[in-house]
Formats: sequence, C-alpha cells, structure tokens
Amino acid sequence: MESQDLQPAIVQFAPLDKLIALGRANSLWPMTFGLACCAIEMMATGASRFDLSRFGAEVFRPSPRQCDVMIVAGTINHKMAPAVKTLYDQMPEPKWVIAMGNCAISGGPFVFPGQYAVVEGADKFLPVDVYIPGCPPRPEALIEGILELEEKITGSRRWPRVKCA
Amino acid sequence: MDSELIRVIAFLVGIIAFAALNAAYLVWLERKGAAHIQRRIGPKEVGPFGLLQPMVDGIKLMTKQILIPDGVDPVLFRLAPILAMVPAIMSFVTIPFSETLVARNINVGLLMIFAFASVNVLALLLGGWASNNKYAVISAARAVSQNIAYEIPMLITVITMVMITGTLNLNEIVAQQPNISQWYIFRFSASPLMPVAFLIFFICSLAETNRAPFDLGEAESELVAGFHTEYSSMGFGLFFMGEYANIVIGCSLAVVLFLGGWQDPFGLYPGVWWFLLKLYLLIFTVIWIRWTFPRTQFYGLLNLSWKILIPVSMFNLLLTAGFLKVF
Repeated sequence: MESQDLQPAIVQFAPLDKLIALGRANSLWPMTFGLACCAIEMMATGASRFDLSRFGAEVFRPSPRQCDVMIVAGTINHKMAPAVKTLYDQMPEPKWVIAMGNCAISGGPFVFPGQYAVVEGADKFLPVDVYIPGCPPRPEALIEGILELEEKITGSRRWPRVKCA
Repeated sequence: MDSELIRVIAFLVGIIAFAALNAAYLVWLERKGAAHIQRRIGPKEVGPFGLLQPMVDGIKLMTKQILIPDGVDPVLFRLAPILAMVPAIMSFVTIPFSETLVARNINVGLLMIFAFASVNVLALLLGGWASNNKYAVISAARAVSQNIAYEIPMLITVITMVMITGTLNLNEIVAQQPNISQWYIFRFSASPLMPVAFLIFFICSLAETNRAPFDLGEAESELVAGFHTEYSSMGFGLFFMGEYANIVIGCSLAVVLFLGGWQDPFGLYPGVWWFLLKLYLLIFTVIWIRWTFPRTQFYGLLNLSWKILIPVSMFNLLLTAGFLKVF
C-alpha cells in the first residue's frame, strides 16, 4: 500500500528535496501511544540504556497533530481499531507507520480458527511502512526499525548493515 | 537620520536572529540536559554532538502540513501563534546586553517589558479557545489563572526594586551595581530580604513562562498537549519558540534587576560576555529545575502563590519602604 497520498511535485528541486528528506528522516517524532506489552519495550527504547534520543526520535508528542510516525506497539482489538484509525487520520502529512511486534504485523499468537477479537495485522487498515518482528521486539530492533524508516525516506542508509551471524 | 535607520534595521535583524537561534539551541540544550540528567546521551548522530538537530527539526516543522481542523475559529487560530512570538521579540528591545548594545534605551523599559509579557497569556488563551478542543480550553483556563496568580507577586517584587533603584530604565539599573557587593541580590542595606526577592522573582518567571514544575498548561497526562493540542507544523513551532524566548526574557530581567547585568563581579571587564554568562547560567538552572522536579498539582500551585509568595513579597515591600525611610 502507498504510504502517502501526496502527488509528486510538478517542478522537481532535487537538492532541496534531499535536504527536506534529510530533515524529515532525522526528526521522526513518534506518538505517545501504546496498545500492549510492545509499548513497554518502546518505553525502554526511549530510556537510558538504549536511548532513542541519539537519533533525534525521542520527542514522543502527546498530540497526533505534532507527530510524524505512529508506532503501533501491540495487539489491535476490533474495539480499539477505530481509535487507532482516528489517531492516524488526525496526524498531518507526511506521516509514517511502524508496525511493532507480531500482533501488529499479523495478529501474532492471537490468530486461531474462530477468534473474533483481534485485527490480524495493522496493515488491514493502515499503510504500514516498516514491520518490526519479535514478541516483543527488543529495543535494538525498534531502533533498527527507525533506521530502516530513515533509509526509506532518504534513500541512503546511515551505517552499513550488520550481517547476521 | 540615515544612520539611525540602519541602526534600527540592524537591531531588528539582530534581535530576531538572537531570539530564533536561542529558541533553536535552547531546545538542543534542553534535550541534551534532559538526557544527561537521566543518564542518557541525547542527540548525537545529527551533526557533531547533535548540533544540527535543531536545524533538522526546523526543516521538518516547516515542511509539515499545516492542519486547520474543522470548527476552529480561522482567524484567531492563525493569529495566536504569531501573538505568542511577537511580544517576546518586542521585549528584547529594551534589554541592555551591554552599556551600548541596547536597541532602545527608553525610560520606562521595565514597564514596557511587563506590558508586552502580559500579551503572551492572551496568545495562550486565544490559541486554546480558537482550537475548539476541550483539552485546549481547560489548558488555556489554567494558564490564565496561573498567570494572574503569579503576576501579582512578580509585580510587587518589581515595585520593590523600582523603589530601591528609583528608575525604570534598565541600563541605569545595571549601572547602579558595579561590583558583586552592590548587586541588588546582595544589597542588604536596601532590604535584608533581597535574596528572597530574587527567589520570588525567579519562581514567578518560571510560572509565567509555564515551565516545569508549573507547566500545568501542557500537562500531558491530563490535557494531551494543552493549548497547542490542535496546532501542527510551524504553529506549534511558534508557540515553542515563544516559550523559549520568554524564558530568555525572564532570565534577562532577573540578571538585569538582581545580578548586575553586563557588570562583572569585580569591576574589571564589564561587557556583553558577562551578561550572556549570567543569562545562560540562569537558563541552565531553569532547564535543571524542569528535569529534576515533578509537576505540582494545581491547588498546590495556586496555594504557593496566594498563601506564600504574595504575603512574603508584600512584607518585603513594606520592609523595604521602612528601610528606605529610616536609612
């Protein structure tokens, strides 16, 4: 799904666009918003051991009007989904969505025949940009997700990717 | 006449640049300070020591969509952020950065600053009211009652200062305190309660600028984001810059009234560097207080003003009047 509904500009200013993209990528303000246990890991990411603020992304804004990225951290119930949708709609463009944890990706452990309570993945109703697997993902994984989003915005990665052992 | 015009333009540009750069880099200082107080590192990846972080945030805020929700008052909603920023910049006009570095050395400088500082509250009220949002309205009501409560002890303290100095001209007030024993904070011959007066002034300027521990106007746990809940993009950015500009104004006034302004402690090399040194020490204290103390409750805030600060400042006023009459 396309993440933004913005039309590309008719006249392109490549260096300026790059500068704006750099600005947006390095000041991703998330929303103060958690749905379940993944939110605890999100808080740990902001705290002293992992320190999300190194990348300028620690400014958790309480109002959706001032946010750039919505971190869907946790299980989305059918009862909660309209509220999540409203919050997403209240954010001004440009905006991004990170689906954090297995529940937000696909419903995680709550997917079984006959279940009626859980939305099976945030991408059922939100345009998700980055998926972070894990149950819950470690704070390092969330930081990696933020870096991945920065790569998506600017087109270049901050550091070389670390190879899995 | 021509050189006067150039002077005015130079000061206009300089003051706006000073206010904007201060707002940007005080945010950086705030984030760095918060990080180190909480045993974190703070912004470090964007530029050396994260020094480009404010620029990057500025680019992001400026290029974000300006969202004007349905049901807001379109004129007031657009006017409020401007009204938050302009009085703060206007107040810089009479601040004496050094003996000669002052845009307009007018006789009623102190009065002018307080006149403009009061407009700031109006901006918060209009912003909250025009947003058509219940949290914003509650926050605006809180901000107004808080500002009314704290304006009184602040002005009583300032009246005390004016009784001692005998002038409203900020540059003359600075000229009266050439070395550390004559700084008004230590001028015990005028009143034995001068350090208390400084403390009252400082607490009131914290409360006037809606800073923690008195930031009830934007208490996130109760009021989403307070009066700027509905503001996106640079509307929010201007409220933020206005808040920091007001901190600079409050601390500048404290430096001018109590800490000798551009005079240095030993009468050696008075100049703008001493002013800036004292100013940034006070601003650092403001940030330090914000990240050290939890937010007070609302009745605690009003009790502090009406039951402690106002009686003490009134007592100080009477005591100073007595001292001035007797000695």
